[in-house]
Amino acid sequence: MKKYQCMTLIAAGLSLAISSASALEGDAQAGKEATVMCVACHQGDGGGMNIPKGESWPALSGLDADYMYKQLQDIKSGARESVTMKAFVSTLTDKQMRDVSVYYSQLPAVAGKGGEDVTEEELAHGEKLAMQGDWDRYIVPCKSCHGPNNQGAGQHFPGIAGQHAGYISDQLHAWKKGKRHNDPQHLMLAIAERLDDNDIRAVSAWLSRQPAQ
Amino acid sequence: MRNRTFLFAQAIAGAVALSASAVQADIQYPVNNPQPKEGQYVHVPPTMEDLEKTEFHPELKRVIRRGYDLFMNTQQLRGKNVFNSMNCSSCHMGEGRLPFAGPVWPAAVILPNYRPKNDHVNNLEERIAGCFSFSMNGQPPEYGSDDMIALAAYHQWLAKGVPIYSSGKNMYGRGYPKLAEPEQKMDYQRGKKVYEENCMICHSSDGSGLVQNGKEVFPAVWGDRSYNWGAGITRHFTLSSFVKHNMPLGQPNTLTDQQAWDVAYYINSHERPQEPRYTGDVKETREKYLDTFHVHTNYGLKVEGRLLGDHKNTGEKDFLKPDVLRPRTYTAD
Repeated sequence: MKKYQCMTLIAAGLSLAISSASALEGDAQAGKEATVMCVACHQGDGGGMNIPKGESWPALSGLDADYMYKQLQDIKSGARESVTMKAFVSTLTDKQMRDVSVYYSQLPAVAGKGGEDVTEEELAHGEKLAMQGDWDRYIVPCKSCHGPNNQGAGQHFPGIAGQHAGYISDQLHAWKKGKRHNDPQHLMLAIAERLDDNDIRAVSAWLSRQPAQ
Repeated sequence: MRNRTFLFAQAIAGAVALSASAVQADIQYPVNNPQPKEGQYVHVPPTMEDLEKTEFHPELKRVIRRGYDLFMNTQQLRGKNVFNSMNCSSCHMGEGRLPFAGPVWPAAVILPNYRPKNDHVNNLEERIAGCFSFSMNGQPPEYGSDDMIALAAYHQWLAKGVPIYSSGKNMYGRGYPKLAEPEQKMDYQRGKKVYEENCMICHSSDGSGLVQNGKEVFPAVWGDRSYNWGAGITRHFTLSSFVKHNMPLGQPNTLTDQQAWDVAYYINSHERPQEPRYTGDVKETREKYLDTFHVHTNYGLKVEGRLLGDHKNTGEKDFLKPDVLRPRTYTAD
Protein backbone atom coordinates (compact mmCIF):
# COMPACT_ATOMS: atom_id res chain seq x y z
CA MET A 1 0.00 0.00 0.00
CA LYS A 2 2.74 2.33 1.06
CA LYS A 3 4.72 1.46 -2.02
CA TYR A 4 1.67 2.09 -4.18
CA GLN A 5 1.17 5.52 -2.63
CA CYS A 6 4.80 6.33 -3.17
CA MET A 7 4.56 5.32 -6.83
CA THR A 8 1.43 7.41 -7.24
CA LEU A 9 3.18 10.38 -5.73
CA ILE A 10 6.12 9.98 -8.04
CA ALA A 11 3.78 9.62 -11.01
CA ALA A 12 1.84 12.68 -9.93
CA GLY A 13 5.10 14.58 -9.48
CA LEU A 14 6.25 13.57 -12.91
CA SER A 15 3.03 14.53 -14.64
CA LEU A 16 3.12 17.86 -12.81
CA ALA A 17 6.66 18.42 -14.00
CA ILE A 18 5.64 17.53 -17.53
CA SER A 19 2.54 19.66 -17.59
CA SER A 20 4.33 22.70 -16.17
CA ALA A 21 7.35 22.24 -18.43
CA SER A 22 7.58 24.87 -21.09
CA ALA A 23 7.45 24.08 -24.77
CA LEU A 24 10.61 26.11 -25.32
CA GLU A 25 13.66 24.06 -26.18
CA GLY A 26 16.87 25.03 -24.47
CA ASP A 27 19.81 23.69 -22.54
CA ALA A 28 19.49 24.65 -18.88
CA GLN A 29 23.12 23.79 -18.10
CA ALA A 30 24.39 25.93 -20.95
CA GLY A 31 21.93 28.58 -19.82
CA LYS A 32 23.42 28.58 -16.34
CA GLU A 33 26.86 29.17 -17.81
CA ALA A 34 25.52 32.07 -19.85
CA THR A 35 24.11 33.82 -16.76
CA VAL A 36 27.48 35.08 -15.53
CA MET A 37 26.50 38.61 -16.41
CA CYS A 38 22.86 38.23 -15.30
CA VAL A 39 23.58 37.34 -11.70
CA ALA A 40 24.84 40.78 -10.73
CA CYS A 41 21.27 42.02 -10.82
CA HIS A 42 19.05 38.96 -11.06
CA GLN A 43 21.10 37.19 -8.35
CA GLY A 44 22.41 33.66 -8.27
CA ASP A 45 19.03 32.26 -7.28
CA GLY A 46 17.22 34.23 -9.98
CA GLY A 47 15.32 36.13 -7.30
CA GLY A 48 16.29 39.61 -8.53
CA MET A 49 15.93 42.51 -6.11
CA ASN A 50 13.34 45.04 -5.09
CA ILE A 51 14.91 48.51 -5.09
CA PRO A 52 12.79 51.19 -3.48
CA LYS A 53 12.91 54.43 -5.48
CA GLY A 54 15.16 52.82 -8.07
CA GLU A 55 14.86 50.36 -10.93
CA SER A 56 13.89 47.02 -9.43
CA TRP A 57 15.34 43.86 -10.91
CA PRO A 58 12.62 41.32 -11.56
CA ALA A 59 12.58 37.84 -10.13
CA LEU A 60 13.02 35.37 -13.00
CA SER A 61 13.08 32.08 -11.14
CA GLY A 62 10.09 29.92 -12.00
CA LEU A 63 8.79 32.25 -14.74
CA ASP A 64 7.55 30.70 -17.97
CA ALA A 65 10.48 30.09 -20.35
CA ASP A 66 8.61 31.08 -23.51
CA TYR A 67 7.56 34.34 -21.88
CA MET A 68 11.14 35.17 -20.87
CA TYR A 69 12.48 34.23 -24.29
CA LYS A 70 9.98 36.56 -25.95
CA GLN A 71 10.95 39.41 -23.61
CA LEU A 72 14.63 38.90 -24.47
CA GLN A 73 13.80 38.90 -28.17
CA ASP A 74 11.71 42.05 -27.76
CA ILE A 75 14.44 43.85 -25.82
CA LYS A 76 16.97 42.88 -28.47
CA SER A 77 14.73 44.08 -31.31
CA GLY A 78 13.70 47.22 -29.46
CA ALA A 79 10.03 46.19 -29.24
CA ARG A 80 10.48 46.39 -25.48
CA GLU A 81 12.52 49.33 -24.25
CA SER A 82 14.99 48.64 -21.49
CA VAL A 83 18.15 50.71 -21.42
CA THR A 84 19.57 48.53 -18.66
CA MET A 85 18.89 45.21 -20.33
CA LYS A 86 19.60 46.14 -23.92
CA ALA A 87 23.37 46.17 -23.54
CA PHE A 88 23.44 42.72 -21.97
CA VAL A 89 20.89 41.11 -24.26
CA SER A 90 22.65 42.31 -27.39
CA THR A 91 25.60 40.07 -26.50
CA LEU A 92 23.41 36.94 -26.27
CA THR A 93 22.90 34.63 -29.24
CA ASP A 94 19.45 33.25 -29.97
CA LYS A 95 20.50 29.92 -28.51
CA GLN A 96 21.77 31.59 -25.34
CA MET A 97 18.48 33.47 -24.96
CA ARG A 98 16.63 30.15 -25.13
CA ASP A 99 19.07 28.48 -22.75
CA VAL A 100 18.94 31.16 -20.04
CA SER A 101 15.14 31.28 -20.30
CA VAL A 102 14.89 27.54 -19.75
CA TYR A 103 17.45 27.73 -16.94
CA TYR A 104 15.61 30.43 -14.99
CA SER A 105 12.22 28.79 -15.57
CA GLN A 106 13.45 25.71 -13.74
CA LEU A 107 14.71 27.51 -10.62
CA PRO A 108 12.45 27.51 -7.56
CA ALA A 109 10.72 30.83 -7.02
CA VAL A 110 11.98 33.21 -4.35
CA ALA A 111 9.67 35.38 -2.22
CA GLY A 112 8.88 38.84 -3.61
CA LYS A 113 9.77 42.02 -1.73
CA GLY A 114 8.56 45.58 -1.61
CA GLY A 115 5.12 44.92 -0.16
CA GLU A 116 6.13 45.47 3.46
CA ASP A 117 5.39 49.14 3.91
CA VAL A 118 1.66 49.22 3.21
CA THR A 119 -1.51 49.54 5.26
CA GLU A 120 -4.10 46.81 5.72
CA GLU A 121 -6.49 48.97 3.75
CA GLU A 122 -4.10 49.12 0.79
CA LEU A 123 -3.59 45.37 0.91
CA ALA A 124 -7.34 44.80 0.88
CA HIS A 125 -7.67 47.11 -2.11
CA GLY A 126 -4.81 45.33 -3.90
CA GLU A 127 -6.38 41.95 -3.25
CA LYS A 128 -9.70 43.15 -4.60
CA LEU A 129 -8.12 44.39 -7.83
CA ALA A 130 -6.13 41.19 -8.28
CA MET A 131 -8.90 38.74 -7.47
CA GLN A 132 -12.22 40.52 -8.18
CA GLY A 133 -11.26 43.55 -10.20
CA ASP A 134 -13.23 46.78 -10.15
CA TRP A 135 -15.76 46.42 -12.94
CA ASP A 136 -17.33 49.80 -12.26
CA ARG A 137 -14.09 51.18 -13.74
CA TYR A 138 -13.76 48.22 -16.13
CA ILE A 139 -10.66 46.99 -14.35
CA VAL A 140 -10.83 43.23 -14.86
CA PRO A 141 -9.17 41.13 -12.14
CA CYS A 142 -5.50 40.28 -12.74
CA LYS A 143 -6.27 36.59 -12.26
CA SER A 144 -8.62 36.49 -15.24
CA CYS A 145 -5.53 36.44 -17.48
CA HIS A 146 -2.61 35.78 -15.13
CA GLY A 147 -4.24 32.55 -14.04
CA PRO A 148 -5.05 30.75 -10.81
CA ASN A 149 -3.57 32.69 -7.87
CA ASN A 150 -1.95 34.98 -10.44
CA GLN A 151 0.80 32.41 -10.86
CA GLY A 152 0.75 32.59 -14.64
CA ALA A 153 -1.30 31.12 -17.51
CA GLY A 154 0.35 29.68 -20.58
CA GLN A 155 3.19 31.43 -22.33
CA HIS A 156 1.60 34.83 -22.84
CA PHE A 157 0.45 35.67 -19.31
CA PRO A 158 3.36 35.53 -16.83
CA GLY A 159 3.08 34.78 -13.16
CA ILE A 160 2.92 38.04 -11.22
CA ALA A 161 2.34 36.64 -7.73
CA GLY A 162 5.56 36.86 -5.74
CA GLN A 163 7.13 39.33 -8.15
CA HIS A 164 8.78 42.36 -6.55
CA ALA A 165 6.35 45.22 -5.93
CA GLY A 166 8.81 47.74 -7.35
CA TYR A 167 9.04 45.87 -10.63
CA ILE A 168 5.27 45.37 -11.03
CA SER A 169 4.73 49.04 -10.25
CA ASP A 170 7.44 50.15 -12.71
CA GLN A 171 5.89 48.09 -15.51
CA LEU A 172 2.32 49.27 -14.90
CA HIS A 173 3.53 52.88 -14.93
CA ALA A 174 5.53 52.17 -18.09
CA TRP A 175 2.38 50.95 -19.83
CA LYS A 176 0.42 53.95 -18.62
CA LYS A 177 3.09 56.31 -19.95
CA GLY A 178 3.28 54.48 -23.28
CA LYS A 179 6.84 53.32 -22.60
CA ARG A 180 6.00 49.63 -22.70
CA HIS A 181 3.91 48.27 -25.54
CA ASN A 182 5.09 44.74 -26.31
CA ASP A 183 2.04 43.11 -24.66
CA PRO A 184 0.00 40.95 -27.03
CA GLN A 185 -2.92 42.91 -28.47
CA HIS A 186 -2.31 45.59 -25.82
CA LEU A 187 -4.33 43.53 -23.38
CA MET A 188 -2.27 44.86 -20.46
CA LEU A 189 -2.19 48.43 -21.68
CA ALA A 190 -6.00 48.59 -21.72
CA ILE A 191 -6.12 47.71 -18.02
CA ALA A 192 -3.00 49.60 -16.92
CA GLU A 193 -4.33 52.87 -18.27
CA ARG A 194 -7.41 52.57 -16.04
CA LEU A 195 -5.30 52.18 -12.89
CA ASP A 196 -4.38 55.21 -10.80
CA ASP A 197 -1.27 55.55 -8.63
CA ASN A 198 -3.05 54.21 -5.55
CA ASP A 199 -4.31 51.17 -7.46
CA ILE A 200 -0.82 50.41 -8.75
CA ARG A 201 0.77 50.77 -5.35
CA ALA A 202 -1.86 48.56 -3.71
CA VAL A 203 -1.99 45.80 -6.30
CA SER A 204 1.81 45.66 -6.64
CA ALA A 205 2.24 45.35 -2.89
CA TRP A 206 -0.43 42.68 -2.52
CA LEU A 207 0.86 40.59 -5.42
CA SER A 208 4.45 40.74 -4.16
CA ARG A 209 3.33 39.09 -0.92
CA GLN A 210 1.66 36.11 -2.62
CA PRO A 211 3.38 32.80 -3.31
CA ALA A 212 4.79 32.57 -6.86
CA GLN A 213 4.31 28.81 -7.04
CA MET B 1 -23.39 55.75 -3.02
CA ARG B 2 -24.39 58.56 -5.28
CA ASN B 3 -20.80 59.18 -6.27
CA ARG B 4 -20.17 55.52 -7.00
CA THR B 5 -23.34 55.30 -9.03
CA PHE B 6 -22.23 58.27 -11.03
CA LEU B 7 -18.80 56.76 -11.67
CA PHE B 8 -20.39 53.49 -12.71
CA ALA B 9 -22.71 55.20 -15.14
CA GLN B 10 -19.76 57.08 -16.57
CA ALA B 11 -17.63 53.99 -16.91
CA ILE B 12 -20.30 51.86 -18.48
CA ALA B 13 -21.21 54.53 -20.91
CA GLY B 14 -17.57 54.89 -21.83
CA ALA B 15 -17.53 58.54 -20.99
CA VAL B 16 -14.35 58.30 -18.93
CA ALA B 17 -12.30 59.91 -21.64
CA LEU B 18 -14.44 63.00 -21.41
CA SER B 19 -13.25 63.88 -17.92
CA ALA B 20 -10.83 66.72 -17.59
CA SER B 21 -7.68 64.87 -16.54
CA ALA B 22 -4.87 65.05 -19.06
CA VAL B 23 -3.96 61.41 -18.47
CA GLN B 24 -7.49 60.28 -19.20
CA ALA B 25 -7.58 62.29 -22.37
CA ASP B 26 -4.95 59.91 -23.72
CA ILE B 27 -6.99 56.79 -22.99
CA GLN B 28 -6.47 54.38 -25.88
CA TYR B 29 -9.10 51.83 -24.95
CA PRO B 30 -12.22 53.66 -23.77
CA VAL B 31 -15.09 51.33 -22.83
CA ASN B 32 -17.41 52.98 -25.35
CA ASN B 33 -20.63 51.18 -24.49
CA PRO B 34 -23.75 52.91 -25.84
CA GLN B 35 -25.14 55.67 -23.62
CA PRO B 36 -28.58 55.20 -22.06
CA LYS B 37 -31.30 56.41 -24.42
CA GLU B 38 -33.96 58.87 -23.37
CA GLY B 39 -36.53 57.12 -21.21
CA GLN B 40 -34.53 53.92 -20.76
CA TYR B 41 -34.65 52.29 -17.34
CA VAL B 42 -31.13 52.42 -15.84
CA HIS B 43 -30.42 50.24 -12.82
CA VAL B 44 -27.04 50.12 -11.11
CA PRO B 45 -26.93 46.79 -9.26
CA PRO B 46 -25.56 46.87 -5.72
CA THR B 47 -22.17 45.31 -4.96
CA MET B 48 -21.09 42.72 -2.43
CA GLU B 49 -19.63 45.57 -0.35
CA ASP B 50 -23.08 47.15 -0.30
CA LEU B 51 -24.47 43.85 0.99
CA GLU B 52 -22.24 43.99 4.05
CA LYS B 53 -23.65 47.43 4.90
CA THR B 54 -27.28 46.28 4.87
CA GLU B 55 -29.38 45.38 7.87
CA PHE B 56 -30.12 41.96 6.36
CA HIS B 57 -30.14 38.96 8.67
CA PRO B 58 -26.62 37.50 8.83
CA GLU B 59 -27.95 34.22 7.47
CA LEU B 60 -29.40 35.95 4.43
CA LYS B 61 -26.07 37.70 3.82
CA ARG B 62 -24.35 34.32 4.03
CA VAL B 63 -26.72 32.79 1.48
CA ILE B 64 -26.29 35.69 -0.95
CA ARG B 65 -22.51 35.41 -0.56
CA ARG B 66 -22.82 31.70 -1.32
CA GLY B 67 -24.80 32.56 -4.44
CA TYR B 68 -22.12 35.05 -5.49
CA ASP B 69 -19.43 32.43 -4.93
CA LEU B 70 -21.33 29.90 -7.08
CA PHE B 71 -21.88 32.52 -9.76
CA MET B 72 -18.21 33.50 -9.95
CA ASN B 73 -16.78 30.01 -9.48
CA THR B 74 -19.36 27.67 -10.93
CA GLN B 75 -16.55 25.25 -11.69
CA GLN B 76 -16.89 24.08 -8.08
CA LEU B 77 -19.94 22.20 -9.44
CA ARG B 78 -17.95 20.55 -12.28
CA GLY B 79 -19.00 16.97 -12.82
CA LYS B 80 -22.12 17.46 -10.71
CA ASN B 81 -24.01 20.29 -12.37
CA VAL B 82 -21.48 21.76 -14.78
CA PHE B 83 -20.02 19.57 -17.53
CA ASN B 84 -17.92 22.09 -19.42
CA SER B 85 -15.39 24.87 -18.82
CA MET B 86 -17.89 27.65 -18.06
CA ASN B 87 -18.70 29.75 -15.03
CA CYS B 88 -21.86 31.89 -14.86
CA SER B 89 -19.50 34.86 -14.99
CA SER B 90 -17.97 33.64 -18.28
CA CYS B 91 -20.92 35.14 -20.14
CA HIS B 92 -22.45 37.35 -17.45
CA MET B 93 -19.39 39.53 -17.11
CA GLY B 94 -18.52 41.73 -14.16
CA GLU B 95 -20.27 39.64 -11.49
CA GLY B 96 -23.50 39.65 -13.48
CA ARG B 97 -23.79 43.41 -12.98
CA LEU B 98 -22.42 44.76 -16.25
CA PRO B 99 -24.71 46.22 -18.94
CA PHE B 100 -24.39 44.71 -22.45
CA ALA B 101 -22.96 41.61 -20.79
CA GLY B 102 -26.14 39.75 -19.91
CA PRO B 103 -26.68 41.42 -16.52
CA VAL B 104 -28.77 38.98 -14.48
CA TRP B 105 -30.92 41.36 -12.43
CA PRO B 106 -33.59 41.65 -15.16
CA ALA B 107 -34.40 37.92 -14.83
CA ALA B 108 -35.23 38.47 -11.18
CA VAL B 109 -37.87 41.11 -11.96
CA ILE B 110 -39.22 40.13 -15.40
CA LEU B 111 -39.92 36.53 -14.36
CA PRO B 112 -42.20 34.70 -13.89
CA ASN B 113 -43.06 35.22 -17.54
CA TYR B 114 -43.82 33.35 -20.74
CA ARG B 115 -40.69 32.13 -22.56
CA PRO B 116 -40.86 31.17 -26.23
CA LYS B 117 -37.86 28.83 -26.01
CA ASN B 118 -39.83 26.30 -23.95
CA ASP B 119 -43.32 27.66 -24.61
CA HIS B 120 -44.47 28.06 -21.02
CA VAL B 121 -44.20 30.38 -18.03
CA ASN B 122 -40.77 30.19 -16.36
CA ASN B 123 -39.76 31.45 -12.97
CA LEU B 124 -36.22 32.50 -11.97
CA GLU B 125 -35.14 29.01 -10.89
CA GLU B 126 -36.31 27.48 -14.16
CA ARG B 127 -34.47 30.19 -16.09
CA ILE B 128 -31.27 29.42 -14.18
CA ALA B 129 -31.87 25.71 -14.87
CA GLY B 130 -31.90 26.62 -18.56
CA CYS B 131 -28.39 28.08 -18.30
CA PHE B 132 -27.14 24.91 -16.59
CA SER B 133 -28.80 22.65 -19.18
CA PHE B 134 -27.51 24.43 -22.27
CA SER B 135 -24.71 26.92 -21.59
CA MET B 136 -23.03 24.72 -18.95
CA ASN B 137 -23.97 21.52 -20.84
CA GLY B 138 -25.03 20.28 -17.44
CA GLN B 139 -27.53 19.05 -14.90
CA PRO B 140 -29.22 21.92 -13.04
CA PRO B 141 -29.17 21.93 -9.25
CA GLU B 142 -32.57 20.69 -8.00
CA TYR B 143 -35.30 23.27 -7.72
CA GLY B 144 -35.39 24.40 -4.11
CA SER B 145 -31.91 23.02 -3.37
CA ASP B 146 -29.46 25.05 -1.31
CA ASP B 147 -27.36 25.92 -4.37
CA MET B 148 -30.37 26.93 -6.47
CA ILE B 149 -31.82 29.10 -3.72
CA ALA B 150 -28.44 30.73 -3.12
CA LEU B 151 -28.01 31.51 -6.85
CA ALA B 152 -31.54 32.92 -7.06
CA ALA B 153 -30.91 34.99 -3.92
CA TYR B 154 -27.83 36.54 -5.53
CA HIS B 155 -29.84 37.42 -8.66
CA GLN B 156 -32.51 39.03 -6.51
CA TRP B 157 -29.91 40.95 -4.53
CA LEU B 158 -28.63 42.49 -7.76
CA ALA B 159 -32.21 43.51 -8.63
CA LYS B 160 -32.73 45.27 -5.29
CA GLY B 161 -35.05 48.23 -5.72
CA VAL B 162 -36.35 47.30 -9.19
CA PRO B 163 -40.14 46.78 -9.26
CA ILE B 164 -41.23 43.15 -9.72
CA TYR B 165 -42.92 42.30 -13.04
CA SER B 166 -41.07 45.15 -14.70
CA SER B 167 -41.22 45.25 -18.47
CA GLY B 168 -37.97 44.01 -19.97
CA LYS B 169 -38.48 46.05 -23.12
CA ASN B 170 -36.77 49.27 -22.15
CA MET B 171 -33.95 48.29 -19.78
CA TYR B 172 -30.54 49.83 -20.44
CA GLY B 173 -27.94 47.19 -21.38
CA ARG B 174 -30.23 44.19 -20.87
CA GLY B 175 -29.07 40.89 -22.37
CA TYR B 176 -26.80 41.23 -25.38
CA PRO B 177 -28.58 43.86 -27.49
CA LYS B 178 -28.71 42.85 -31.13
CA LEU B 179 -26.22 44.63 -33.38
CA ALA B 180 -27.32 46.19 -36.63
CA GLU B 181 -27.59 43.60 -39.40
CA PRO B 182 -24.16 43.02 -40.96
CA GLU B 183 -23.46 44.94 -44.16
CA GLN B 184 -21.89 41.88 -45.72
CA LYS B 185 -23.22 38.35 -45.25
CA MET B 186 -21.44 36.64 -42.33
CA ASP B 187 -18.38 34.84 -43.59
CA TYR B 188 -16.45 31.86 -42.21
CA GLN B 189 -13.08 32.80 -43.66
CA ARG B 190 -13.25 36.42 -42.56
CA GLY B 191 -14.38 35.19 -39.14
CA LYS B 192 -11.42 32.85 -38.96
CA LYS B 193 -9.07 35.76 -39.54
CA VAL B 194 -10.77 37.84 -36.82
CA TYR B 195 -10.53 34.87 -34.46
CA GLU B 196 -6.85 34.30 -35.14
CA GLU B 197 -5.98 37.95 -34.68
CA ASN B 198 -8.07 38.66 -31.61
CA CYS B 199 -9.30 35.56 -29.79
CA MET B 200 -6.81 32.77 -30.35
CA ILE B 201 -4.23 34.01 -27.86
CA CYS B 202 -6.59 33.05 -25.02
CA HIS B 203 -9.15 30.64 -26.49
CA SER B 204 -6.57 28.66 -28.52
CA SER B 205 -6.51 27.81 -32.22
CA ASP B 206 -8.70 24.75 -31.61
CA GLY B 207 -11.22 26.66 -29.48
CA SER B 208 -10.34 24.70 -26.36
CA GLY B 209 -9.37 27.68 -24.21
CA LEU B 210 -6.73 27.25 -21.52
CA VAL B 211 -6.47 25.08 -18.44
CA GLN B 212 -3.63 25.96 -16.07
CA ASN B 213 -2.68 23.78 -13.10
CA GLY B 214 -5.98 21.93 -13.51
CA LYS B 215 -8.01 25.16 -13.33
CA GLU B 216 -10.05 26.67 -16.14
CA VAL B 217 -8.62 30.06 -17.13
CA PHE B 218 -10.08 30.81 -20.57
CA PRO B 219 -13.28 28.91 -21.41
CA ALA B 220 -13.57 26.66 -24.45
CA VAL B 221 -15.57 28.33 -27.23
CA TRP B 222 -16.22 25.13 -29.15
CA GLY B 223 -15.62 21.41 -28.68
CA ASP B 224 -16.56 19.02 -25.88
CA ARG B 225 -15.75 21.48 -23.11
CA SER B 226 -17.91 24.29 -24.50
CA TYR B 227 -21.63 25.20 -24.49
CA ASN B 228 -23.94 22.80 -26.30
CA TRP B 229 -26.03 23.27 -29.45
CA GLY B 230 -29.02 24.44 -27.43
CA ALA B 231 -27.27 27.37 -25.70
CA GLY B 232 -28.58 30.84 -26.46
CA ILE B 233 -25.10 31.96 -27.44
CA THR B 234 -25.06 29.54 -30.41
CA ARG B 235 -27.35 32.13 -32.04
CA HIS B 236 -25.28 34.45 -34.21
CA PHE B 237 -27.00 37.60 -32.95
CA THR B 238 -26.30 36.69 -29.33
CA LEU B 239 -22.64 35.75 -29.75
CA SER B 240 -21.88 38.69 -32.04
CA SER B 241 -23.28 41.11 -29.46
CA PHE B 242 -21.45 39.38 -26.61
CA VAL B 243 -18.19 39.62 -28.54
CA LYS B 244 -18.71 43.21 -29.64
CA HIS B 245 -19.50 44.48 -26.15
CA ASN B 246 -17.14 42.31 -24.10
CA MET B 247 -14.19 40.95 -26.07
CA PRO B 248 -11.22 40.92 -26.19
CA LEU B 249 -11.29 41.04 -22.40
CA GLY B 250 -10.73 44.61 -21.23
CA GLN B 251 -11.19 45.99 -24.75
CA PRO B 252 -14.96 46.09 -25.34
CA ASN B 253 -16.30 47.71 -28.51
CA THR B 254 -12.98 47.61 -30.35
CA LEU B 255 -14.09 45.19 -33.10
CA THR B 256 -16.38 46.45 -35.85
CA ASP B 257 -19.93 45.08 -36.01
CA GLN B 258 -18.96 43.20 -39.16
CA GLN B 259 -15.99 41.58 -37.40
CA ALA B 260 -18.23 40.59 -34.49
CA TRP B 261 -20.81 38.96 -36.81
CA ASP B 262 -18.09 37.16 -38.78
CA VAL B 263 -16.27 35.79 -35.75
CA ALA B 264 -19.54 34.68 -34.16
CA TYR B 265 -20.37 32.81 -37.36
CA TYR B 266 -16.90 31.21 -37.35
CA ILE B 267 -17.03 30.11 -33.70
CA ASN B 268 -20.55 28.75 -34.04
CA SER B 269 -19.62 26.80 -37.16
CA HIS B 270 -17.64 24.36 -35.05
CA GLU B 271 -18.81 21.21 -33.31
CA ARG B 272 -20.02 21.19 -29.75
CA PRO B 273 -22.04 18.83 -27.52
CA GLN B 274 -25.43 17.74 -28.81
CA GLU B 275 -28.55 19.88 -28.34
CA PRO B 276 -30.35 18.40 -25.27
CA ARG B 277 -33.65 18.53 -27.19
CA TYR B 278 -32.18 16.29 -29.95
CA THR B 279 -34.78 13.91 -31.37
CA GLY B 280 -32.20 11.54 -32.85
CA ASP B 281 -32.18 13.42 -36.14
CA VAL B 282 -30.44 16.76 -36.47
CA LYS B 283 -32.51 18.03 -39.40
CA GLU B 284 -35.72 17.12 -37.61
CA THR B 285 -34.51 18.77 -34.38
CA ARG B 286 -33.54 21.92 -36.25
CA GLU B 287 -36.96 22.02 -37.89
CA LYS B 288 -38.82 21.39 -34.62
CA TYR B 289 -37.18 24.37 -32.89
CA LEU B 290 -36.54 26.44 -36.00
CA ASP B 291 -38.79 29.46 -35.45
CA THR B 292 -38.11 29.84 -31.74
CA PHE B 293 -34.40 29.20 -31.91
CA HIS B 294 -32.42 27.48 -34.64
CA VAL B 295 -33.30 29.93 -37.40
CA HIS B 296 -30.46 31.91 -35.80
CA THR B 297 -27.93 29.03 -35.52
CA ASN B 298 -25.88 26.82 -37.82
CA TYR B 299 -27.13 23.64 -36.11
CA GLY B 300 -28.20 21.11 -38.73
CA LEU B 301 -26.69 23.14 -41.55
CA LYS B 302 -23.78 22.23 -43.78
CA VAL B 303 -20.88 24.67 -43.28
CA GLU B 304 -17.49 24.24 -44.94
CA GLY B 305 -18.57 20.80 -46.06
CA ARG B 306 -19.62 19.53 -42.62
CA LEU B 307 -23.16 18.91 -41.39
CA LEU B 308 -23.10 20.47 -37.92
CA GLY B 309 -24.69 18.70 -34.96
CA ASP B 310 -25.01 15.34 -36.75
CA HIS B 311 -23.67 13.19 -33.91
CA LYS B 312 -24.50 11.68 -30.54
CA ASN B 313 -21.65 13.30 -28.62
CA THR B 314 -22.87 14.83 -25.35
CA GLY B 315 -19.43 16.08 -24.26
CA GLU B 316 -18.37 15.35 -20.68
CA LYS B 317 -21.83 14.28 -19.48
CA ASP B 318 -23.33 10.82 -19.99
CA PHE B 319 -26.93 11.90 -20.57
CA LEU B 320 -28.60 13.99 -23.24
CA LYS B 321 -31.40 15.88 -21.56
CA PRO B 322 -31.82 16.82 -17.90
CA ASP B 323 -35.20 15.66 -16.55
CA VAL B 324 -36.10 19.18 -15.47
CA LEU B 325 -36.43 20.26 -19.11
CA ARG B 326 -40.09 19.39 -19.46
CA PRO B 327 -43.30 20.99 -20.65
CA ARG B 328 -45.64 22.62 -18.16
CA THR B 329 -49.38 23.11 -18.51
CA TYR B 330 -50.30 24.72 -15.18
CA THR B 331 -53.58 22.85 -15.20
CA ALA B 332 -54.94 20.51 -12.56
CA ASP B 333 -53.14 17.14 -12.77
